[in-house]
Amino acid sequence: MSTARQHALTVSLLQRAQLWRAAEERARRLARGTTDDVADATRMADDYRLLAHDLSRVRALLPDTRTRAYLESAYARAHATLHHGATRAGSTLLKLFRDELPQVVRELRIYIFWSTVIFALAVAAGYALVHRYPELIALFASPDLIASVERGQLWTEGLLNIVPSSILSVQILTNNIVVSLFAYCAGFLFGLGTLYILGLNGLMLGAVFAFVGEHSLAGALFKFIAAHGWVELSVMCLSGAAGAAVGEALIRPGDGGRADSFRVAALRSGRLLVACTLLLVGAGIIEGYVSPNPHFTLGARLTIGIAYWLFMVALLSGHLWPRRADLSARQAGF
Amino acid sequence: MNTPADELVIDSVTGIDVALPVAGAGARALAFLGDWHIRFILALAWFVAAGVIYNGRFSLTGPGGNQPSWIGAVLAPPLAIYFLYHPLVEIVMRGRTPGKRWAGVRIVARDGGVPGIGPLLVRNVFRLIDSMPLFYGVGLVVTVLTREHVRVGDMAAGTLLVYEGRNAGLPVAAGAAGVDARLDPLGLELAAELLERWPELTTVARVQLAQQLLTRHVAGIVPGSDEGALRAQLQQLVTPSA
Repeated sequence: MSTARQHALTVSLLQRAQLWRAAEERARRLARGTTDDVADATRMADDYRLLAHDLSRVRALLPDTRTRAYLESAYARAHATLHHGATRAGSTLLKLFRDELPQVVRELRIYIFWSTVIFALAVAAGYALVHRYPELIALFASPDLIASVERGQLWTEGLLNIVPSSILSVQILTNNIVVSLFAYCAGFLFGLGTLYILGLNGLMLGAVFAFVGEHSLAGALFKFIAAHGWVELSVMCLSGAAGAAVGEALIRPGDGGRADSFRVAALRSGRLLVACTLLLVGAGIIEGYVSPNPHFTLGARLTIGIAYWLFMVALLSGHLWPRRADLSARQAGF
Repeated sequence: MNTPADELVIDSVTGIDVALPVAGAGARALAFLGDWHIRFILALAWFVAAGVIYNGRFSLTGPGGNQPSWIGAVLAPPLAIYFLYHPLVEIVMRGRTPGKRWAGVRIVARDGGVPGIGPLLVRNVFRLIDSMPLFYGVGLVVTVLTREHVRVGDMAAGTLLVYEGRNAGLPVAAGAAGVDARLDPLGLELAAELLERWPELTTVARVQLAQQLLTRHVAGIVPGSDEGALRAQLQQLVTPSA
C-alpha cells in the first residue's frame, strides 16, 4: 500500500474516534444494567460492527499503538455486552430446580448408585472391623466420645445444655456443607479424593454404630439420627456421586479432551451441589432443634426424617414444581 | 509445560476476532492480595465494632459459653464476610472484585462474556482444592504451569482472568487527526503521545525525543533547537490545518 494511501486511510480512521468513544460509553452503560430502549440496543449492534471494521484496519495500519489498544479494549467490551445473557434470578432458579436438577440426577444416577454402594460397604466394613476388634474405635472416634460411651452415655445426651440449638445447627450445617463440597471438589484427584471421603465417613459411621452397640446404646444413637440422618447420609452419597462424575471425566475424557471434559462434568455436577447445600441447611436445623431434644419420640423423629427425605426425592426429581406441559394443559383448561 | 498464551482469541460473528490479554500469575496474586486485605479489614472492623457495641465498652472478650447473641452478632458475620467475600462480590460485580479492579483484571467466560452465577460459584467452591495445602499452593503451581494461567477452579468453571485494558486511552490527537501529509501514521500517534506527556518530561528529554521523532517520521523538516520551537512544530503536525 502506498504511503499516501496509508496516510489517508489512517487519518480517516482516526477521525472516527468520537464514534469509538460513543460506542465504548454505550457498551459500558449497557453492561451495567438493562435497557428497554430498542433503539439503544440496536445502536449497540451497529457499534459492534463499526468497532470490528475499524479495529481490523487499525490492526494493519497502526499495529503497536495506543489507538489499537483502545480499540481492542472497546471491541472486547462491546462483545461482552452483546453476549452476556439475561440475568433474571427468579427464572434462573426455577429453571434450575424444575428442569436442570432432575436432568442432572438422571444423568448421574449410575454414579449415585455406586456412591451409595461404596458408602454402604464402608459402613459395613467399619461395623465389622470395630465389632471384631473394639480397640480400633480409637482410629475413628475422639477420646471424649469413647469415654462418654464407656460410661454408658451417648455424647449427644444433654447436648442442648451445653450448646443452644441455633449454634448447634449452624455448626453442624456448616461442617456438613464443607464436607459435601469437599467430596465434590476432591473428584479432581481422579475420583480418589471422593472415594476417600465417602469411605472414611462410611467407616466412621459403621465403627461408631458397632462401638455403641457393644455398650447397648445403638438404639439411642438410631433415635438420635432418625430425624436428620436420612437426608444427611443421602446428601453424602449425592455429593460423592458429583465428585465421582468429575473424577471419571478426568480418567476417561471424551473426544473434546480432558480439560473440556472436566469443565463440562464440574459445571453439570455442580448444579446438584446447590440442592445438596440447601438440603443440608434443613438437615442441620433438624439436627440442632429436633435430634438432641428428648421430648421428640422415635415415631415423631422417623416421621420428620422420612418426610424430609421424601421432600428431597421430590425436589431432585422435579416433582415439587409444575411441569411446563402441566402448566400448558392447565392454561388450556384441561 | 505449555507455551503461555498471551491472548484469549474468540471468534466473532463480525469475522474480526476478539483478543483479550490473559493475566498471568503476578496479576492474579496482586488481585488476591488486594482482596485478602479488604476482606480481612472488613471482617476485623465488624468484629471490633460489634464487640465494642455488644460489651458497651472497649472490650472484645465474649460473655463465655455459647451465647447465641454474641456468636450471631459478633463472631458469625466476620466469618461470613471472610469466607463468602469472593463468591458474593464476584457475582454482584459481574466477574470483578475491588482487588481485581486494582490489579486491572477481570474474570471472563471462554466466549469473552461475563460468566454466569453457576460458573462463578463452581470457581469459588474449587478454592478448597486450590488453597491446599497452604497459602494457595496448588492454585499457584497450577497457574504457573498452565497455558492460560488458570487455577483448578477456573478449569472447572471454564473461566479465566484477562486484563481490563482500562489504561488504553485514546491519544488526544485521535479524532482531531493531523492532516499534515508529511507525518506518517506511527509518527502521528507518537507526536500526539509526546505532547500529552510533555509536562512530565525534563527539558533534555523533551528536546531529544522531539528531535528524534521529527527526524524519523517527518520528511523534509528541520527540527528546531529549543523546546518551544519543537513543541510548536509538533502541535502544528497533529492539529487539523482546516
